[in-house]
Amino acid sequence: MISFINIFVNGLLLGGIYAITAVGLSMQYGVARILNIAHGEFIMVGAFLTWMLHTSLGINPLFCLALVGPILFLLGYLVRHYLFKTLRERTPSPAAFEGNSMLMAFGLLFVIQSLAIFIWGKSIVGYSFMPYSVYLGEIRFAANRLVIMVAAVAICFLFYLFLTRTRTGKAIRAASQDSDAAALMGVDINRMLTLCFALGALMAGFAGVLVSMDVKLNATMGMEYTIIAIIVIVLGGLGSIPGSLVGGFLLGIFGSIVSGIEPGLTLAAYYLLFMVLLLVKPSGIFGR
Amino acid sequence: MQLLQVEKLTKNFGGLTAVSGVDFHVNRGEIMGLIGPNGAGKTTLFNLISGTYVPNAGKIVFNGESIGGLKPNYICRKGLVRTFQTVKIFPEMTVFQNVLMGALFGSEGKTWPEANAETGEILDFTGLTPLSDTPAGSLTLVNQKRVEVARALAAKPRLLLLDEMMAGLNPAEVAESMELVTRIRDRGITIIMIEHVMKAIMNICKRIIVLHHGKKITEGTPAEISTNKTVIEIYLGEEEQAHAGS
Amino acid sequence: MKLKTDAKNVSYLVIIILILAFLVAVPFISKPYTVILLKNILMFVALTLSWALFSGPTGYISLATAAFYGAGIYTAAYLGDVLPLPVMVLCGGVASFLLALIIGAITLRLRGIYFAIFTLSSVELIKHVLHWIEITVLGKRGRPVVKVSDSTVFYVILIIVVLLLVTTYFLKRSRYGMAMSSIGSCEEAAAHIGVNVVRVKVFTFALSSFFIGLTGAIMATGLIYIDSQIAFDLNYSFFPTLMATFGGLGNIFGPVIGAVLFSYLREILITKFPYVYMLIFGLVMILTILYLPNGIIGLAQTIKVKFLGGKDATATGRKVN
Ligand SMILES: Nc1ncnc2c1ncn2[C@@H]1O[C@H](COP(=O)(O)OP(=O)(O)O)[C@@H](O)[C@H]1O
Ligand SMILES: [Mg+2]
Repeated sequence: MISFINIFVNGLLLGGIYAITAVGLSMQYGVARILNIAHGEFIMVGAFLTWMLHTSLGINPLFCLALVGPILFLLGYLVRHYLFKTLRERTPSPAAFEGNSMLMAFGLLFVIQSLAIFIWGKSIVGYSFMPYSVYLGEIRFAANRLVIMVAAVAICFLFYLFLTRTRTGKAIRAASQDSDAAALMGVDINRMLTLCFALGALMAGFAGVLVSMDVKLNATMGMEYTIIAIIVIVLGGLGSIPGSLVGGFLLGIFGSIVSGIEPGLTLAAYYLLFMVLLLVKPSGIFGR
Repeated sequence: MQLLQVEKLTKNFGGLTAVSGVDFHVNRGEIMGLIGPNGAGKTTLFNLISGTYVPNAGKIVFNGESIGGLKPNYICRKGLVRTFQTVKIFPEMTVFQNVLMGALFGSEGKTWPEANAETGEILDFTGLTPLSDTPAGSLTLVNQKRVEVARALAAKPRLLLLDEMMAGLNPAEVAESMELVTRIRDRGITIIMIEHVMKAIMNICKRIIVLHHGKKITEGTPAEISTNKTVIEIYLGEEEQAHAGS
Repeated sequence: MKLKTDAKNVSYLVIIILILAFLVAVPFISKPYTVILLKNILMFVALTLSWALFSGPTGYISLATAAFYGAGIYTAAYLGDVLPLPVMVLCGGVASFLLALIIGAITLRLRGIYFAIFTLSSVELIKHVLHWIEITVLGKRGRPVVKVSDSTVFYVILIIVVLLLVTTYFLKRSRYGMAMSSIGSCEEAAAHIGVNVVRVKVFTFALSSFFIGLTGAIMATGLIYIDSQIAFDLNYSFFPTLMATFGGLGNIFGPVIGAVLFSYLREILITKFPYVYMLIFGLVMILTILYLPNGIIGLAQTIKVKFLGGKDATATGRKVN
């Protein structure tokens, strides 16, 4: 019983990080139609920046959220403004744009990864953050994971409020649902798409900060997070923040069950789950 | 002499029943019209007959053989070929290559020279010979639609399904298309045509069936249809809307 | 017109034969290093041509190249010391062919980017499962591979490249080739005009994988010791995709040019500055997608049309389903 609860709790703790990993990509693909395969690289950059700020300047990782987030936002803004926007203008059909933007994101992945290796090297780095456990009755929580989950859920919640309550947020949602109607209402679609992509990168930055509090980092860690993000989106539905939370927790619990049974197969199980999901919901997988 | 029989054909999309228990038949050598307001399920009916979708229920018998649920390529090779409401040509290929595709793959066991000769003949028949070497994607809408028909003809159909072949054409082009359709029929090819252009339907179809909300409302001669009360209510009402909208 | 194209084809053929004759002579006339360099370049030419054989006309972006390459490598690791070299290499091809039939059959319904990410995941899935099997079931990570001399490897790859060129050339001009390009152009129309799209897609996918498997099997003999990480390296999925896109898919020379340029660049940079190579690789990918939708070949054609006039018939562009 206790071990079952532990697995469940572990899953929930993982779920928070998975959710915030996915929220950004969900925005980028859901609204701007860019399946940003380099999403995990943005997370990796966020994580390394946090590691740097923490180890060299002694800044508290939680405070890094406020520093790293804006940097990634700016990066996302530039990437969409100079690359994907140009691509969109040069690509005739939406289907061709999707394929080409994915290929371009692969290029971006290589660029970011190699630059990261120039700056941070190839070795595995990390720091320890709240390396102790807290108990709630019999159940043990890793303190850092608890903080990560609370922070992740809080960020998702704030982001959700932003999208549903503010003017800009509503404009973004309008642009994602019916771009023609939104354009008629005076929404500058192109600006919204850029903003949206940048917000996706901001979320990736937050995810990177949180990830760095728990796992060891290396410059090639990104792909794994991209795949996790895609699975969560498939599970929870595209462009929906509550969906990403649900999908994140589902995947977290799934992962923690699998690693309870056979830790060596966790990643394989993720890929298998992903492929099965793709097949079960073929073209409509990212459907709303 | 019936070429196609359709019985209780049904197709659901989630909660929506796009085609609901439709029965009808087509006689050899006739041109049958299929009308109904937008969203009535006409294209879906074509999609079921041509194998794009698998029906949820019902039977489709073509030339004495049950074809419901077969893959489109098999259905095509049995002699049932369609065109699409939104043109689906091979834009990068030339007009000649588009039509050649039909000749090569539409029916079995044709050699290259035979297919080439056939393509030439069809291009002449449809008046496309002068455009033979033009990439199909760069043609005007009317010519793209014509290429699609030519490609279908090259597949040697017994039954040809035409989905809104005349939509978006000007009156002169409509007249040409009507003439083409009758000439196709004169080659011995049976035709079902979906059409919103009433003049065309009323002039060249022997029989018309009317679809509304996925159900067959009625069928009859053009004269019967144009005086049918329900049809006037649902269909002509929609026509007015369409005119008001355009 | 007919005569002119014939003359052009003959001159192409003469150039190709001269290049091949030179390559055949290389092991006799040049330093061992040159043989190794050319062997590695030809390997990428083979992978890129194989990739383009399927993805070029059909427009489906396959990222499973590494899976088929890895299947070839593992075949060599298991059969290299029991079978004669040609048989072993053939087995590598067949293993990849069969693997591609399976992957192809389950991905039939997937279009566009879904196909791409599915094939990408298949590489990772195989890698992780193999790794797990080696660690927990076999208790030993990786396997040694029988070593074969560089010049033998060089000749085998040269043969694979020639086979690929011939296959691509004749497929393009066949009824089957028409069917492949019709799928890339408009799959639904192709199916409704009588093309068995399922069979054409799966078979072409498997055929292209057959060549990738051959290449993996022969290249493995230069690796000495392999494990799942080495054999199923995702870079082998990315490189051919970029090389072909950069070269252009309009005709058979595009992938070859892309592969030769990039693999040469790789050879000079990879040992000393591997990350400079990755950086250049990524940048060129981005710039190609942005500014060279038809690759180098497309650019060459545009220039030719601009300055010399004449018809631009071969550039079909990058299509995505
Ligand atoms: N692939 C599909 N998925 C879901 N709904 C569909 C699909 N195809 C058609 N429909 C729906 O079925 C109904 C009939 O559509 P259609 O056959 O295209 O009508 P028509 O051709 O008569 O205008 C419409 O409500 C349409 O939205
Ligand atoms: Mg319709």
